Amino acid sequence: MFLINCPYCGERDQHEFKAGGEAHIERPKQPTELSDDEWAEYLFMRKNIKGVQFERWNHAHGCRKWFNMVRDTSNDEIKLIYKMGEKPPSE
Amino acid sequence: MKNKYSIFSLIKNAFSHHENWQKAWKDPQPKKEYDVVIVGGGGHGLATAYYLAKKHNLKNIAVVEKGWIGGGNTGRNTTIIRSNYLWDASAGLYDHALKIWEGLSQELNYNVMFSQRGVMNLAHNLQDVRDLKRRTHANRLNGIDAVYLNTEEVKKFCPIINTSQDIRYPVLGGTLQRRAGTARHDAVAWGYARGADEMGVDIIQNCEVQGIKRNGDAVEGLETTKGFIKTKKVGVVAAGHSSVIANMAGLRLPLESKPLQALVSEPVKPIIDTVVMSNAVHAYVSQSDKGELVIGAGTDDYVSYSQKGSHQIVEGTLNAILELYPIFSRMRMLRQWGGIVDICPDASPILSKTTVQGLYFNCGWGTGGFKATPGSGDLFAHTIANDEPHKLNAAFNLNRFVSGDLVDEHGAAAVAH
Repeated sequence: MFLINCPYCGERDQHEFKAGGEAHIERPKQPTELSDDEWAEYLFMRKNIKGVQFERWNHAHGCRKWFNMVRDTSNDEIKLIYKMGEKPPSE
Repeated sequence: MKNKYSIFSLIKNAFSHHENWQKAWKDPQPKKEYDVVIVGGGGHGLATAYYLAKKHNLKNIAVVEKGWIGGGNTGRNTTIIRSNYLWDASAGLYDHALKIWEGLSQELNYNVMFSQRGVMNLAHNLQDVRDLKRRTHANRLNGIDAVYLNTEEVKKFCPIINTSQDIRYPVLGGTLQRRAGTARHDAVAWGYARGADEMGVDIIQNCEVQGIKRNGDAVEGLETTKGFIKTKKVGVVAAGHSSVIANMAGLRLPLESKPLQALVSEPVKPIIDTVVMSNAVHAYVSQSDKGELVIGAGTDDYVSYSQKGSHQIVEGTLNAILELYPIFSRMRMLRQWGGIVDICPDASPILSKTTVQGLYFNCGWGTGGFKATPGSGDLFAHTIANDEPHKLNAAFNLNRFVSGDLVDEHGAAAVAH
């Protein structure tokens, strides 16, 4: 994983990017209603998958925009990149 | 019964060209059922099995390991041992381990080459100075030997450090723990394996866990590449792969697995007789008995199981090493590697029961688990045998992520992440 295809800037060195962790973790709609268990789940628990995982990345030393990435964590192969707000692919 | 290792056994075996040494451990096939199965044959897992057999009188124990023992993070770390952590809970945990290290070679009759050469942590800015002074005071209140050194004292303790105040991150001071040091990582795994084997523990290598069988809320056994193993108690000590095992039981853990890199140089004559760590510029260095510089780098910020890291991490670490030790500028590096470390949000480990009865996790050691190996094994064995944590690991339960009672040790973890 050395080149990352930023959806706004094109292919850039990985050095310019910052990983932002697991994607599609939705902020609770009613935070006041949440139990401690649900807070723990939202804040701390992660899938941490060995295999294909959905992630957020930030082009920190470039356009500074966030985007999503589908990546195989067992070999670091990037499968797909799509913009924030777009629906994750089903496959 | 194992033959005792001594100068006499060494001489005796020299006469037969060292070809007749007794096997240090057997290579058994799994039995149908065990009282406890430990998943993961690294230092922590083997130590757990050893203390289960030794202190809790359990006889029917197996360690299953997907590769070979000590072939994971036990064989990949930079072997630093210290206990100068900030909070009371951590100080108790890590100093418990350090006390066991001090007598471990004798206890195991296996030379783990524990060398109390001291560990020095450097401060490079005013906040570092304040944090390290605070940590020194906290350590001393907890009975841990720690002293604060000013720049001249740092230079005196390790003369090759560049203490010029004109460099990008000048050395403003540091802490020193003299009881800290290093040990031989392979020997720790082999010593515990030999000791556990002697007490009847089955160490089963090349046996990967593929599933955890549950009966409602209780563990029934493990599906492995060597068939089904029935057991009511499973202790998972799988480091970077803890989440993978947890998923098999339908659990989620607060872990992220990331690559952590290290490298060693060509061997040279003795030049640095201690361990120097620097959190702020992110580099630490010691010298092995073979003469290689052992250099630790930082973690990458993305999840990966590939045992590779990014080039810029190594580059950044070596920049810092060269600024602090200009004498190393023409050293050549021999090897570089990555290991997968499981990092908790509070940079403290988990030694805990779970919501599944009979399933225990020892994980989240992140970037610094080697130092805790004996203590971790001892306390995890206690937790499994009694189905209750020892008072020293009670704070390191999984429920702290629900209660909010975290043990935030990012400052003392030495590798920033």
